[in-house]
Amino acid sequence: MRCRKCKDRAVLEIPRHHTAFCKPCLSDFICAQAERAVTEEKMFTKTDRVLVAVSGGKDSLSLLDILRRLGYQADAFYVDLGIGAYSRQSKTRVEQFTSARGIPLHVHELKEDEGAGINELADLVHRPTCSVCGTLKRYHFNRTAVELGYQVLATGHNLDDEASRLLGNVLHWQTEYLDKQGPTLPASMDGFAKKVKPLFRLAEREIAAYAIVNKIDYIVEECPNSKGAKMLLYKDILNRLESESPGTKQAFYWGFLAKQEAEAKTRPSMAENDRAVLHPCITCGQPTTAETCSYCKLMARAKKDGPSPVAS
Amino acid sequence: MKVLLNHPVREVDVKGPRRVKDLLKELNLLSETVLVVRGDELVTEDDMLRDDDRIEIRPVMSGG
Repeated sequence: MRCRKCKDRAVLEIPRHHTAFCKPCLSDFICAQAERAVTEEKMFTKTDRVLVAVSGGKDSLSLLDILRRLGYQADAFYVDLGIGAYSRQSKTRVEQFTSARGIPLHVHELKEDEGAGINELADLVHRPTCSVCGTLKRYHFNRTAVELGYQVLATGHNLDDEASRLLGNVLHWQTEYLDKQGPTLPASMDGFAKKVKPLFRLAEREIAAYAIVNKIDYIVEECPNSKGAKMLLYKDILNRLESESPGTKQAFYWGFLAKQEAEAKTRPSMAENDRAVLHPCITCGQPTTAETCSYCKLMARAKKDGPSPVAS
Repeated sequence: MKVLLNHPVREVDVKGPRRVKDLLKELNLLSETVLVVRGDELVTEDDMLRDDDRIEIRPVMSGG
């Protein structure tokens, strides 16, 4: 198979675009798609400081690499969840990646700062680990970005992540979550960083290929807590559809975004909605719809029920 | 050829030569969910794999 652009040997076929690329042309394509997402969705400019949440996986490390290559001021933030060997290996990947490229890295250690790892915290509050993980990561991503003066928090969510999340929300008619499924969430009020997903135009297979071609040493192993996760089932279903009918994932998610944009003209903006319902948490000051934010509630419960000291 | 699979990590022997797409079919894998690496080079579905090749099947699905 030959590259559609330069006719060199292709390393990846992309059926949804009826194309195939060699190594350099694949990297160009990936960077161009990310750049298009950043500019069309008004995510940030070259004067903004961007904090990239990294996990050691292919998406977040590739995102950091792509943004730096495009000339953006992107630094890294890693949350050490304390999941035994998995966390140690992923942290090592992040440290090696950032130190080799001279990228500033900020780290939050759950075991040091919350007093327990994610599995222990989930046990203490009797909630599913992935749900507790989501609460903690969202909290620390936002708080760290705001406290360190970053205008934007970027995550490595890709087309597959967004399409599968949309499928899950639609299957259960969780329409209240759909408003927040866009690739750009505004910094609606003080205490909120803008949240963006610059890889939403790219499939995870394309990003994995970018990582391999550019010799990014990412953790291939999956988080042990994700075994049996519903999101993996939705991804598998979408991949079966994609194999039979290339372009299904992008038609589903991008079609949703187009409808959302058309309807936005007749509805209050997300920032207006946020300002109407959000106010500072009485404990930590972060924006929340309740008196106390979900992170502070979770930590209060862990402290109350925990046998050992758990920080707040 | 030696084929390294992930999730969980294991190695299987598959007789070559054969095309990448035929290898994936034999292993019952969807091309949309994996990348095929020979040495440290990506190969596409129509590439021919030799009997003495060392191949890694790299899964691309992640997240919970």
